[in-house]
Amino acid sequence: MQPEPQNHERRSFLKKTLAVCCGGAAVLAPVGAGVAVFLDPLRRKAEALRAIRVTTLDALPDDGVPRKFPVLANRTDAWNKFTQVPIGAVFLRRVAGGKIDAFNVACPHAGCYVDFMPEQEHFLCPCHNSTFAVNGRVNDPHSPSPRGLDTLVVEIRNKKEVWVKFQNFLPGQADKVPVA
Amino acid sequence: MKALLAWLDERTGWRGLGNKFLYHSIPGGAKWRHAWGTALLFAFVVQVITGFFLWTSYSPSAQTAWESVHYIQDEMTGGWLLRGIHHYTAQAFVVLLAAHLFQMVLYGLYRAPREVCFWLLLALPPLAIGMSATGWLLPYDQRGFWASRVPINIAGITPVIGPEIQKLAIGGNEFGHHTLTRFFAFHAGWLPPMLATVLLLHLYLLRRGGKAATDATSEAQKTTYWPDQALRDAALCLGVMLVVLALILVPKLAGLQSAFGVHLGAPADPSEPYSAARPEWFMLFLFQFLKYFPGGTEIWGAMIIPTVIGMFFALMPFLAKTRAGQKFNVAFLLALAAGWGALTYLAVSEDRRDAVYQQGVEDAEWEAGRIKVLARSPAGVPNSGALTLLRNDPLTQGPKLFAKHCASCHRYDGHDGTGKIPKDPQTASDLDGFATRDWIEGFLDPVRIDTTNYFGGTKFKDGKMSRFVKKDIAGYTLAQQAKLKQIIIALSAEAQLKSQLAVEQKEIADVRAGRRWITELGCTDCHAYRKPDPDASAPDLTGYASRRWLLGIIQDPTHPNYYGKKNDRMPAFGASQILSARERELIADWLRSDWYQPPK
Repeated sequence: MQPEPQNHERRSFLKKTLAVCCGGAAVLAPVGAGVAVFLDPLRRKAEALRAIRVTTLDALPDDGVPRKFPVLANRTDAWNKFTQVPIGAVFLRRVAGGKIDAFNVACPHAGCYVDFMPEQEHFLCPCHNSTFAVNGRVNDPHSPSPRGLDTLVVEIRNKKEVWVKFQNFLPGQADKVPVA
Repeated sequence: MKALLAWLDERTGWRGLGNKFLYHSIPGGAKWRHAWGTALLFAFVVQVITGFFLWTSYSPSAQTAWESVHYIQDEMTGGWLLRGIHHYTAQAFVVLLAAHLFQMVLYGLYRAPREVCFWLLLALPPLAIGMSATGWLLPYDQRGFWASRVPINIAGITPVIGPEIQKLAIGGNEFGHHTLTRFFAFHAGWLPPMLATVLLLHLYLLRRGGKAATDATSEAQKTTYWPDQALRDAALCLGVMLVVLALILVPKLAGLQSAFGVHLGAPADPSEPYSAARPEWFMLFLFQFLKYFPGGTEIWGAMIIPTVIGMFFALMPFLAKTRAGQKFNVAFLLALAAGWGALTYLAVSEDRRDAVYQQGVEDAEWEAGRIKVLARSPAGVPNSGALTLLRNDPLTQGPKLFAKHCASCHRYDGHDGTGKIPKDPQTASDLDGFATRDWIEGFLDPVRIDTTNYFGGTKFKDGKMSRFVKKDIAGYTLAQQAKLKQIIIALSAEAQLKSQLAVEQKEIADVRAGRRWITELGCTDCHAYRKPDPDASAPDLTGYASRRWLLGIIQDPTHPNYYGKKNDRMPAFGASQILSARERELIADWLRSDWYQPPK
């Protein structure tokens, strides 16, 4: 008995669809679980912004010269928890009126750590030679950095403790956007 | 789009290749048994996919392997499912491999021209065992660690070069970082391409052999691969995946497990005996088989006999040239399967009767649960690895130390801390709930003070304290009994036990009153309390059973603050250097029920 050609065609189409569906369903779970794990970091948020005690006024001479201080905090790295480890660094500088300027040491261009050059009295990024004035602004129109050094909020507590609200910002763009 | 595809076809001929693949003819039409090979390939592909994604989060070192696997399984989205699929598909691969091998022998599919195709298939079991043996170790939990030592030690009995093979495999003399990096490199880098090559060549030759057969078949019996056979292949693959998913999901859904996810034991600890060590179920037969080989002859069971069997398999296609030969092959295969089944059954039933093994499994399960709790505690996993958490956990170590050092005299709820009854008779107090209100109440009870749970087994049985309880307290008026009750509350509060802090806060008035009565009712005639007393002849009640007090008495019970010269047989665990400072702390914390508990 020969099946009618049209009927045969329909059955063949059904089989093809079914084969593709079965095959797709079979790989769905492994691929899905894998992609979920791979995308897991997107769900992890940065630590909430908090003030960290960085140094005391005694360690920061009143001469307008920026000095570098490490920032210590508790840190979670996947499964490990660390207490009081360096999570970054800041430049602190006393300015007129008892105020303190704080800059994140990461260059806003590509994230390299900038250095202060005492002779030239400016900050220099060792990677692409961005330079910044002592007040943190871009001081050369040809500088690769899209913005000045990122300022951070400073608080003086108990008369002499310097606390900084430490934060990192996305490099490479003109606006200062916190890493979330 | 069409033009682009045509352009590509002109340069690559992909259409021809695809058509050749999809529309090649199958002798005798589409059959379910032709789908085994595809299912085997499918299982392999699933391992490659899930393996890659596990790789993106796995970290092979002695201090990070368990930790990263735990993190994948318990913290990352979908991690339990990913690890579960990888775990069970590995076993599905072995089952499918056996099924495929079975049908090749059963239907005589290895006959000319498929001999080479069959030989390639024979190369797969050793590769699969290599994948398993390297994979077991990677989570670096107790089970994997102890199961992996066996294949390594078997490799070590290879004549002449055995010790060198062993050293190379574990990357030194002891298991450690390099064992993991090496096993991982083989597991993820070397063995998969080998397996893929052999498997693909095998499947290619299987098809080629099929083509030879089709040419001889009549036109009417021919079918093309697409879509008839493809549908069967896809359905079988889906079936395999559904079984794998069922294995992952059912234990939790049936209430046998508290959370989704496959077993992850406590972190590997070479210093901790592990009596639950067993290989994966499909290798249990070898484990059982090796029991029958007396020392020095294991090489027969582990190498010579398996090699001979493998070589015999290689000769099967030639034997099958005669009808009797084919029958013999099938009979041999069935006998082998029966032997596998019998040995597996023996291994399982012996384990079922083995109390040591059962206890080992129970302990391992307990530790596996405990380390999960510790790893998720706010303190988290330190740099030194999760094992440190377990080694520093009073709840884990306290009972073991108590059983070893204290239970020859003391008891803990009637046992040695771990649940066993020691063979030495009890001669000192039962320390379960030591210094809780209930415990002190029992101690000050004229009926109970002389039982072995308190002073009954010691020389204090006839001492001043015991006489005081049996005479004076026994004759207390109601008013005195009320004061005694407050003394118990106050004395128990000296211990600062975590379990009683809340209620002591509430009953602070009773605590304060009790402190007064301690002096008034005559405790301080012998005991010092809250001020130095050079004439005290009994243990100081200041901070009684607090951590500091307990550490002091364990350090040296003959110190004037404790039993002084009256001490009855209790060793000075610190002063005589029987226990380290850390061990003494673990015992003290455990007796005070002071360990990490997750918030409810």
